Parts: sequence; structure tokens; C-alpha cells
Amino acid sequence: MAKKPIKNIIKLSNDLRWQIGDDFHDNLAEGIYADAAELVSNSVQTDSGKKRFRLDSKIDKIITSKTWGFPLMFLILGVVLWLTIIGANYPSGMLAQLLLDTIHPLLKSGASSIGMPWWLDGFLIDGVYLAVAWVIAVMLPPMAIFFPLFTLLEDFGYLPRVAFNLDALFKKAGAHGKQALTMSMGFGCNAAGVVATRIIDSPRERLIAIITNNFSLCNGRWPTQILIATIFIGAVVPSSVSGLASVGAVIGIAILGMVFMFFSSWALSKTVLKGEVSTFNLELPPYRPPRFWKTLYTSLIDRTLIVLWRAIVFAAPAGAVIWLISNIMIGDHSIAYWMINGLDGFGWLLGLNGVILVAYIVAIPANEIVIPTILMLTVLVTGIAGGEGAGVMFELDSVTATGDILRAGGWTLLTAVNLMLFSLLHNPCSTTIYTIYKETKSAKWTTLASIAPVIMGFVVTFLVAQIWRLFG
Amino acid sequence: MKEKKVNSACETCPEYSANGLKKLGVNIENTDYVVALAGNPNTGKSTVFNALTGLRQHTGNWPGKTVIRAEGAFEYNSKKFKLVDLPGTYSLLSTSQDEEIARNFILFGKPDVTVIVVDASRLDRNLNLVLQILEITDKAVLCLNLMDEAERNNIEIDERTLARDLGIPVVPTSARFNKGIPELIRTVNEVAHGIIFCDPHRIKNVPDNINKAVKKLSAELKKQFPGIPNSRWIAFRLLEGDKRIIEALESGELV
Repeated sequence: MAKKPIKNIIKLSNDLRWQIGDDFHDNLAEGIYADAAELVSNSVQTDSGKKRFRLDSKIDKIITSKTWGFPLMFLILGVVLWLTIIGANYPSGMLAQLLLDTIHPLLKSGASSIGMPWWLDGFLIDGVYLAVAWVIAVMLPPMAIFFPLFTLLEDFGYLPRVAFNLDALFKKAGAHGKQALTMSMGFGCNAAGVVATRIIDSPRERLIAIITNNFSLCNGRWPTQILIATIFIGAVVPSSVSGLASVGAVIGIAILGMVFMFFSSWALSKTVLKGEVSTFNLELPPYRPPRFWKTLYTSLIDRTLIVLWRAIVFAAPAGAVIWLISNIMIGDHSIAYWMINGLDGFGWLLGLNGVILVAYIVAIPANEIVIPTILMLTVLVTGIAGGEGAGVMFELDSVTATGDILRAGGWTLLTAVNLMLFSLLHNPCSTTIYTIYKETKSAKWTTLASIAPVIMGFVVTFLVAQIWRLFG
Repeated sequence: MKEKKVNSACETCPEYSANGLKKLGVNIENTDYVVALAGNPNTGKSTVFNALTGLRQHTGNWPGKTVIRAEGAFEYNSKKFKLVDLPGTYSLLSTSQDEEIARNFILFGKPDVTVIVVDASRLDRNLNLVLQILEITDKAVLCLNLMDEAERNNIEIDERTLARDLGIPVVPTSARFNKGIPELIRTVNEVAHGIIFCDPHRIKNVPDNINKAVKKLSAELKKQFPGIPNSRWIAFRLLEGDKRIIEALESGELV
């Protein structure tokens, strides 16, 4: 488009700017407020200033107080997780029974009755179908409980209070206080958390928030944490307190994630992303009683089903890949066997094993399918009874059965602890990586955000394994 | 999306209000009018958006939840309206990305109607943004949302005085409970069609020296860009040295 000659206008505005002086911005802002005040005094009547928001400020005094703010925050998170863990058990079992014990054999016999070749039947039913069924049985119930609870808290107005509580910590880390909000969004989904960083004005602080969002445990990783904590952490304490111990372990991991977030924000702001901390106003909105049923409905439809659908879309091809790598032979053994053997040494150093590392490679698109993949591969290499053969993701309707298989595969408490740590500290899923690239438009920062967590994961698990073995 | 068959002549009559509304969801093609939803954070813009389009844009009780422009559509009396949900901002005078998205859309997107959603129980704080938007655009409707909360806090608002002072129609709503939405749609429709004529309030309490400078600059702008609708606001921005506005003047985007 042709440029218009506006030199004279620019010159005029520059001259005028000199005449009106520096405080133009403030004068204008004051003028606007004066107008607003006049308008309000003409048309708004308040009964008495005293009564307004009394209850709100009373609640705020408690949940944003120095003494009670943090304990209450952890208590609320604990209750939400506890309800999720306890509540998800039964529907998970029922879904597993239906999808895996009932429908899977039906499909198998149906396939053999129409004379489907073994490889097609295996690829489709044992690979694709089982992966999808597993994801539904394991993920749907906890999400259907966790998301509505989280959304109710959000509607009530709790999130800005969390931001308020964490503000001082973020400031110390050289980051923006609003990062507390994007971090909370990350607890739902890191990709959503990364998009939410747009509320941060300063590019420097926004980059910090983007790069460190992955340390918020996302919903793809909650189920892994919950399952491993239930099996191993819950098993080493008396059964009466096993529920509490598992919840405690999961909260511990979530808090550790926050510690890493603060630490890496601080490290970034002291090195490559130096700069001043910007100040901002955070409005604490009034508490609003959530519209219970509406919230329940929308969080089920919008969040739960959308996330579940995404998991299924990724699980189906991953199921196919798993079936293929465990059925295609090179020499005497399957591809999966060779991969696991090749990575076992490195895995041992990290207090993990080859199976877990292979599972993470297969599951890069979706964190949700890590656990089923690990189980299937464990059965494959240990050759224990329980699975249904190479590349078949099988059902484990009881947590004890899962535990038995993992222990038979040589798992210890160390493996479990390090898996929880590694699940927290590894690269973001492919959707999040893509989102980071879209938001930063920079290959450099995207690479840093993707690689740095894996390196931290390697270092942390390595150190834990060495110390554990030294004293264990 | 459910579509109702027309059963009687009543349904084509504007007075049929809410039922003259067809929620079109994301079907935003071939729309007759563009409506922008602006306002402070956490005043319920997304809730109003959902009530009008039948979409389920995520809502939540915290400021800054909508960061990207969401678009949807509805049909009223066989005219199609595209609705754009803008990020909530306290002002249009700074440079964060969400504020720029909102500002640029109102300025360059030239919506046919801008619905400014405000929190009725915190009108004083919300008017800051309202007055800035009214400097940019003529066709606006004030949606006095969260009336239920204002009532609970014993706040009374004289809507007619407010409408007269602001020079734009004022519609009280409680979008969470779908209250006032039919009236809002009717008003938006009337502003879009020019049935209601807006004569918006312009900021008065400006110091003399600034006023003089702005007048000079805005006269020059009008001379060079005849028909420019918001010369005064552009003059404000030029005095502030807003690079994006200078660019827009050069490229002719503004006229």
C-alpha cells in the first residue's frame, strides 16, 4: 500500500509533545478518572459503604493470610486429589471390565469367525483397540472427577487468591506474579498454560512463564503419578493410611514441580533473561457461588471429553506402534526387545529401566499412555504369565495385579520414585512443544523449553539413584 | 445447533425477542454485522458471548482468562451478526498483547457495534475503559452485567441517567442467569440498524494545554484524512508517540 505523507503530522505531534510536557499520560489518565467519578456520582447509589463485600473480605483475610494461605492451599489441593483417587477406583474397574473383559474377547472371537488374518487382528484389536480402551478406562474416571472440582474452584474465584499467595515467591524468582495463574492453568494442560501467558505484558517475564510451564503437572501426568503412588508408596505403609500416603506422595511431586518452576525461573532471570520485575495490579474478584450443575456439565463436556478425545487420537497409533515393535523380529528377538536391552544400562544409571525409557519414546505424543505401555513391555521382557502375548496391552482391573507385574519386572521403590520424578521432569508433550513454538516464534526458546526439563530429569533421577544405592 | 422452524408470523416480529434469536455457534460466514464484546477482565464477557452464540467458551472467575479472540455468530430477525469476544482489559493505553488485541480490533476491525460489558457493582473502576472506547467508536452499547451482584450489595444504578450521560444505550443484565439477554440483542440490533443513534460522551476533564494541543493535531488530521471518525483519540495516541498508530496512518489502515 502506498505510504501517506504524514511527516507534517508527526512533526506537529512531536512539537506539541514538547509543549505539553512529560506528565501528559498521567494528566490524561486523571482526566478520565475525573469524568468517571462524575458519571458515577450522577447515577449510582450505594446503600452504605460498610456492608459491601464484608463476607468476601473476611474470607480473603483467611485464605490470603501469611499463616493460613499456604496450608489451606495444600489442603484444598489434597482434598481434590483424595476425592479423585478414591472416587476413580470403582468406575475405572467397571470400565475395565466392560471394555477389556467383555468387549475385547467378543471382538477377538468375531475376528476369528470371519477369518481375519492373525496379523491384522493383532494390529487392530490387540494394538489399536486395547490402547484406546486402556486410555478410556484409566483416564476417564479421574478426569471426570478432577476437572469439575477444579472448575468449581475456578468459578468460585479461588485462582486469583492462589496468584496472590504466590506473588511474593515469583517476585523473588525474578518472574511475574501473574505466572501463578498460568501455572495453575498448566495443572490442567500445559498447552493451555502456555497460551495463557499472553496476560503477561513483559516479553522477558512471559518467556520465563512459557519455558517453565512444563513443571506444572498436567492432567496427562496426574494419572501416572496417582497410579504409581497408589501401587508402590501406598504399599509400603499400613493399608489404613495407604490412601493418605499416596495422596501425600502425589502432592509432594506437584510441590516439587513448583520448586523446580521457581528455581528455573530464578536461574533464567539471573542469566539469559535478565531484567527488572514489573509491577502489576491483581484484582481479587468477588466470590461467586458456582452454578453447580452447569459447571459440572460444561467441565465434563468441554474439558474432560476434549482431553480424552485427544488422548484417544494419540493412543490409537501408539497402540499400533507398540504392537508392531513387539511383533516385528530382528534376528531372534523383537524390535522392542532390542530397544529395551539397549537402553537398560542407561536406565539402570537413572534408577529406571529400559522399559520405562522405551515407553517414554513411544509416548512422546501423549503422556497419557506411558503406564499401559510400560506394563505391556514389562510383560514382554519378563515373560511372566498375565499378559496375552506380544504387543497386547492387557487389562489390570485391580491395582494389586499391576503391582505384581511390575515387581516381577524387577521394580523397586526406587524405580517407582524415580518414575514419578521423571514423569514430572521430562520434555513437554508434542502439542505443548508446538504451542510454545507458535507463541514464541523462536526455535531457540522452543528447543530450550523442550530439552532443559529432560536434562534436569536425567540429573535428578541419576542423583537420587546414586544416593539411594549408597545408603540403601 | 438446534434450528427452529418458523411456525407463525409472530416469530419474524422483532417483539418476539428471545425467540427471534438463532444461535449459530461457530458458523460465522456471510454475516451482516460485526459486534465486538469489550470490557474489563472478569465482568462476564465470555458468559454474554456464550448466551448469545450458544457456544461454550470456557468461563471462569479470574481476570485474564480470555487471551485470544473468540468468534461466534447469532441470527436475529434474519440478520446475521458475528460476535467477537475480546480479551478483558482495564485500559487501552498500554502495550500488553491482550490490550493490543482488544484495541486493534475496535480500531481497525471497525465493528458495527461494540458491546461494552461492565461489572455493575464496580462501575467506577469500569468506566475508565468505557470512556476510552467511546473515544474510538460511536456505535456502542453498555451492558450493565452482574446486576444480581450489584443488587446483593445494595447498589442502585439509575440506568436512564447513565445512558443519557454516556450517550449510548444501557442494558442491565445478569448473563449467568440469562437475564436481560433478549433486551441486549434487541438493543444491539437497533444500534446496528441505526434505529438508535449514539452520541457518546467524550472525555471532558482534560487540562487546557493538552486540550489545545489535541485540537490542533486533530484539526490537522481531519484536513489530511477527511472522514476520519476518531481524530481526537488518534491525536491522544500520537501525543503519546504510539508507533502502531503512526504506522496505521501511513498505510491508510485507519480511514
